[in-house]
Amino acid sequence: MTAEASTALLQMTGIVKTFPGVRALDGVDLTVRAGEVHCLLGQNGAGKSTLIKVLAGAHQPDEGEIRWQGEKTALSTPVAALRMGVATMYQELDLIPGLSVADNIFLGHERARWGFTKDRQARRQATALLKRLGHPEIPPDREVGDLSAAGQQLVSMARALAHDAKLIVMDEPTAALAADEVTNLFRVVADLTAEGVAVVYISHRLEEIREIGHRVTVLKDGRTVARDLGADTPTSELVALMSGKRVETVYPNREESTVDSSREILKVEKLGRDDEFADVNFTVHAGEILGIAGLVGAGRSEILETIFGARKADEGTVYVNGKKLKNGDVRSAVDAGVGLAPEERKSQALLMDMSVAQNVTLASMRSYSSFGFTDRAKELRDSRAKLEDLDLRPADPRRNVSTLSGGNQQKAVVARWLVHGCRVLLLDEPTRGVDVGARAELYRLIRELAADGVALVLVSSEMPEVLGLADRVLVLRDGRVIHEAPADELTEADVLDMVMEGSAA
Amino acid sequence: MTQLDPAAKRDTDVPEAPAPRANRGFSVDMRLASLFGVLVLLILIGWITSPDNFLTGSNLDTILRLAAPSGVVAVGMTFVIISGGIDLSVGSVVGLASVWMTTLATQAYGPFVMVVCGLAVGLGAGLVNGVLIAYGRMVAFIATLAMYISARGLAEYLSNKQTQVVRDQDFLTFFRGEFLGVPTLVWILAIVVVAGWILLNRTTFGRRTFAVGGNPEATRLAGINVKRHIAMVYGLAGLLAGVTAVMLAARTTAGSSTNGMFYELDAIAAVVIGGTALTGGRGTMVGTLIGVLIFTLITNIFVQNNLPTEVQNIAKGAIIVIAVLLQFRTNRARSTT
Repeated sequence: MTAEASTALLQMTGIVKTFPGVRALDGVDLTVRAGEVHCLLGQNGAGKSTLIKVLAGAHQPDEGEIRWQGEKTALSTPVAALRMGVATMYQELDLIPGLSVADNIFLGHERARWGFTKDRQARRQATALLKRLGHPEIPPDREVGDLSAAGQQLVSMARALAHDAKLIVMDEPTAALAADEVTNLFRVVADLTAEGVAVVYISHRLEEIREIGHRVTVLKDGRTVARDLGADTPTSELVALMSGKRVETVYPNREESTVDSSREILKVEKLGRDDEFADVNFTVHAGEILGIAGLVGAGRSEILETIFGARKADEGTVYVNGKKLKNGDVRSAVDAGVGLAPEERKSQALLMDMSVAQNVTLASMRSYSSFGFTDRAKELRDSRAKLEDLDLRPADPRRNVSTLSGGNQQKAVVARWLVHGCRVLLLDEPTRGVDVGARAELYRLIRELAADGVALVLVSSEMPEVLGLADRVLVLRDGRVIHEAPADELTEADVLDMVMEGSAA
Repeated sequence: MTQLDPAAKRDTDVPEAPAPRANRGFSVDMRLASLFGVLVLLILIGWITSPDNFLTGSNLDTILRLAAPSGVVAVGMTFVIISGGIDLSVGSVVGLASVWMTTLATQAYGPFVMVVCGLAVGLGAGLVNGVLIAYGRMVAFIATLAMYISARGLAEYLSNKQTQVVRDQDFLTFFRGEFLGVPTLVWILAIVVVAGWILLNRTTFGRRTFAVGGNPEATRLAGINVKRHIAMVYGLAGLLAGVTAVMLAARTTAGSSTNGMFYELDAIAAVVIGGTALTGGRGTMVGTLIGVLIFTLITNIFVQNNLPTEVQNIAKGAIIVIAVLLQFRTNRARSTT
């Protein structure tokens, strides 16, 4: 331990970080040596993003110790972290769309004298950095908002390089990149490590870790469950560490199918949106759960939002009960009985400062008002009944929705559509930010909804969830359906192979 | 850092590409051009409707003197709005500063102290706004609304609602005078606009103002002290309100709690007409200047033609709507390309 401490560039021990209602980090250890690519593995919600923010000085840990080159330190602000030599490339891009490429790269440490910016120098150095990243064609004057996702990713990386960092944190840097750009990224990472720079690399793609990683640390539920494994650790072992064994057991069994194949509820025909997805066809029957598997960015959420009318389709049609939905019109979808539980619950679904009852009746205000006045007694009565049905705890409709846990908030969203009488429910990452115990409940609830004859579409980043819950699975890659099969004919490994193929090449 | 690509070295010697800079890209140029077109159109209308008086030196003088105080306030407002905020208090702060600098006690110290006092009161009020917003986490609208009310109240209290005549002749001679045939007030506007343009486009302060308005969280994570920056932006707006107070005290030869009334609305309107986004992160100083001139020209044309002020306000309101709709169009056209 002491020998390791002396050679380690960064050593984090026992890091704990809590947010109201969530223990995001619950004792994380991470040791990074100079010149290595240290991979951080973990499922969504395992605490990777929080850990990165602690490392970047954006979050202060409640407990734990951070040592930098053997000396105890506190990363009290982003400035402190950058000064020490930690640069972070966030997954949700941390760029200012209205500023130019060069301005973004040097933001916070502008090329300037006495407060006056030296734009020529900044542009020249920005060009040199982009050249080093293999993309000299990106003009430093271009507004960042006009660049493609891959272009923005490169700007983000150029920014990290511009800080002359000793440690660069990369959060899913390949998520937005095409295959040749991934190769290019790996070349840059190899060059950096050859210069003694350490890289903390986060990716869901295990084959990337084999290709460039040196050591691996695995997080699960906010804890380090394995540290400093070799990059050649077998996939099965890594997956077991990430997922734990219990996941299989939580899915309700589906011995008897609830699918009523005589009643076709949702039909999607040749649906497409430019640059997002194309030629998507499927049908969902009453009582059926259709799973959509694919990586983040494959177009999953976009498809759900297009069916719901929140995005306008460029081609194709959506039918509910044989009736065509008006393109790009949420009202038409809702009236036809479609509900969406979106990916970002807090920003896209819930009114966080309002009561559970008000959230539940939001989509059905028409039936809770007469002459414009709301019938509050009926509102409370009906939502209370629905909360009891769904076992939402506490079943108090007057409570502020922000005080509920993630799982119960999700139930409130589902309750909204059930009160409205929905027949098609689109679930986008329904268990994101929901702890394991509450997940099992949500799974059971989803099954029960199917048993009641609701047609469900389920999108999830977690393969076991899709395979464990859905009756049928569509596999999506780069906006196209590449495979469709009954869930029990697929294994997690098959699906992973399919969705990752092409990204590894 | 070693260069990996043999071609890389050569590239650093390549002369600057003549591409347009980020915040003055194609769409912004188009927008400025159309604004400029509106300005030219108004000048034509003025010339046609009163051919004898409009294009005279004395009328130009009148227009610019009229534009000068509100123009200075609008420069400060440009920074505030680009940073993603709003400042409703500047008009009241102008009134407060003009009263404070013209009390008998202050006037006794002479013109220099009067000016410093006016600027200090403006800066102080602006910093109070900034600290409340940045560190007190108040919404800008509310914090500056409170300042709007209380600064006007304090001005009335200090002046006992009386007009305070400026007795200092040196002060009046200097600020009401001319230099190279151009009124001092117009020089002040010119200096403030040029300095504001440089500060916005050529300094780290300006760059960070755009960044804070564009994405505050990303700016914070880039290691910039966002709170301090926001406080400074409101301080700047307050300081410029102080400058305006000095200009108005000179133009009207008095300090009064009614000075600067509705300046905040004119300033916001000019900034918005000038193409600065109320959502923050985008904007230009040149646009603001044109916005101010458009507003002043409308007033002048109406006065020249003896038309009532009511109609003038209807025209001003319509101009705001048209300008914003036009920007909406250009923005949309841009995002689809």
